[in-house]
Amino acid sequence: MNESELRERTRALLKEVNPDAKGDQRIPFRGAQFDRGLAWVSFPEGLGGLGLAPKLQTVVQDELHKGAKTYYEDMLVNPIGIGMGAAVVLAYGREEGKRELLRRMFTGEEIWCQLFSEPSAGSDLAGLATRAVRDGDDWVLNGQKTWTTLAHISKWGLLVARTNPDLPKHDGLSYFMLDMQAPGVEVRPLYQITGEAEFNEVFLNDVRIPQKHMLGEEGQGWKVAIATLMNERVALGGGASKKGGGPIAVLLELFENVEAKRSPAEEALLRDRIAKLYIEAELLRLTGIRAKAARDSNVVGPEGSVGKVAQAEIGKAIWECCADVLGPDALVYEHGYELRQGSTSSPNSRLHAKYTLLRSRAYSIEGGTSEIMRNILGERVLGLPGEPRVDKDVPWKEIRRS
Amino acid sequence: MLFEFSDEHGELRRTVRDFFEKESDENRVRELMSSEQGFDPTCWGRMAEELGIVGLIVSEEHGGAGLGMVELAIVAEEMGRVLLCAPYLSSAVLATSVLEFAADEAAQKEILPKLASGEAIATLAFSEAANPWDFSAIAMTAEPKGDAFQLSGEKTYVLDGQIANEIIVVARVDGSLALFRVADDASGLSREALPPFDPTRRIAALRFKNTPASRISSGDLCCQLECALDRAIIALAAEQLGGAQRVLETTIDFAKTRFQFGRPIGSFQVIKHGCADMLVEVEFARSAVYNAAFSGDEDPQSVAVAAQMAKSYCSDAYLDIANRSIQIHGGMGFTWEHSAHLYYKRAKASEILFGTASYHRERMAALLGFGAR
Repeated sequence: MNESELRERTRALLKEVNPDAKGDQRIPFRGAQFDRGLAWVSFPEGLGGLGLAPKLQTVVQDELHKGAKTYYEDMLVNPIGIGMGAAVVLAYGREEGKRELLRRMFTGEEIWCQLFSEPSAGSDLAGLATRAVRDGDDWVLNGQKTWTTLAHISKWGLLVARTNPDLPKHDGLSYFMLDMQAPGVEVRPLYQITGEAEFNEVFLNDVRIPQKHMLGEEGQGWKVAIATLMNERVALGGGASKKGGGPIAVLLELFENVEAKRSPAEEALLRDRIAKLYIEAELLRLTGIRAKAARDSNVVGPEGSVGKVAQAEIGKAIWECCADVLGPDALVYEHGYELRQGSTSSPNSRLHAKYTLLRSRAYSIEGGTSEIMRNILGERVLGLPGEPRVDKDVPWKEIRRS
Repeated sequence: MLFEFSDEHGELRRTVRDFFEKESDENRVRELMSSEQGFDPTCWGRMAEELGIVGLIVSEEHGGAGLGMVELAIVAEEMGRVLLCAPYLSSAVLATSVLEFAADEAAQKEILPKLASGEAIATLAFSEAANPWDFSAIAMTAEPKGDAFQLSGEKTYVLDGQIANEIIVVARVDGSLALFRVADDASGLSREALPPFDPTRRIAALRFKNTPASRISSGDLCCQLECALDRAIIALAAEQLGGAQRVLETTIDFAKTRFQFGRPIGSFQVIKHGCADMLVEVEFARSAVYNAAFSGDEDPQSVAVAAQMAKSYCSDAYLDIANRSIQIHGGMGFTWEHSAHLYYKRAKASEILFGTASYHRERMAALLGFGAR
């Protein structure tokens, strides 16, 4: 199928199944999109795709944007499922039931979450301690997962557990899809620095997972986990933002509009700091454009690797600076800290800045700490040698843990 | 399109790099930096004839290659990599741009072909000690004398002012900025080579006492001069990028091969993370330089903003990288024998030349109207 046929096929979908009809059309519309192979065009026929080149997906999205008022953003419908789970289920899931699983994932009837991090395994994910012990046709799980977005409304979780503690840490892991409604799964909100809970903790007490819900083979868990995380990068590595947009726009707006009496020296220092942040934000954006250009021409250069650490540090510094522009007003926190679920949206940039100052403390931790990212830059991009490791080639159970 | 380099650009870079790796290796740089002239006229001639890069941005009608900022950035980046000792920034970039943008046709016709061919070397004498990088602060006033003018006073930090044989001076006539051409043997002209902090780039003070000068421009030149200086600072930022990249490479090589405590020092996170930060700086510097170079066809305001951004960021980045390099090399980094100090001196002098990082940040902030209500 060529591009214009794909375009035609998408137009036909829009014509025959109206996403703008009265009532919530999400499930019927996206179901039809899946059935016609327009969910993921690179997937095989019958599994939401047409066996086409991945880049042709943009043709579909383009037509959907143009052809209807209602556009269902994949990353809002089922971010973990569509962003990371789909490719893993396709590659490693059992054939039986695969179609229904992918279809309900795509429509958002079944939300997915990711159960990787643990209280004792963050940066060192492969050291995780959740145990899965074989019992007949089932595996019995015990342990605790954390930082689990959407766990409280999820049907399925992508989970890595230790199936063999006698092997070195990377080798004793297996990968499962966990039914979040199974007995013994307990989800509790995890309250963060702002008082709200965007994430959950998930406690697993004698939870039974059938063998058929293992993705990949026993002992292949690390490989499948890495594949999942690569998809995460693709999912999160969206397009570059607009010139002068994003956090820096808030800082400039506050600097322009917040009334403050500052001495000339204080004003000059603040102005220089803002100019510096503006330049860094702009260079982050431009480096993103260079990285995209390099990817498009299949060249992998260092420009693609520096974004995460730079974005984290620059973002944090911008929100710090916003509070300093607000001055004494930043002593007042209108949102309050009562514990609650969800995340806060703010009516104006002043309140948004105060909230994001706190939220942004995680930028240099979530999705890979800046320290780990610097190790990756040093070792994979610059080719510097790794640190001596005490946990390699040692049975996991003999590694000292906190 | 932004950041799209053509095959020709790649070819230009390879040619220039090959040439400089041979003609400007460290030994050659050390020889030239302690020589009287500070550059190699034979090499300059080959750069003009064989490579055609001396007249790179001289328009075709004046005997140059008529190329733009992207090509200039590529060439300057390669020069910065090897600390080339040559009057390129002074003659082939700043003086050339000023003549192209602001000089009368007759002067362009007479001077530019000689610059492109390497026959003459030009410099722009504009800085005055009190406020050297701001054209609006220029106080020197030309006195009319018959059909011509006379100049008195001092210009300083004049790039390659000691060797240039085409001296272009910026001075005022009735309050307006104008260009003057001064013969290198003019009466009342004395030139003093200043001992340079960075021996790979020479500076001089030029003193004028009733020195005859011919005016080679019409009208008030402030905007044209700013545009020409923006080109020079983009080229300087490109040099800074090239130097920074080279220092990073040298430092990484050292961190991989230097063993202490039984390990390569690059395996220690404190060193490794420093190197990672240097990599981020180099990539950002690259984005800044290429952005400025590719915005060459846009309106002068965006070029100006991009130029200030590039100069301020690259100044800080190069200096930081040169500093970290000395530290990572340890005692060796402090020796005369090692090249770290050559790059440090170039980094520090380039940071200060045409205005420090904060000077350019303020210029950018003013152009963008930060905080204006």
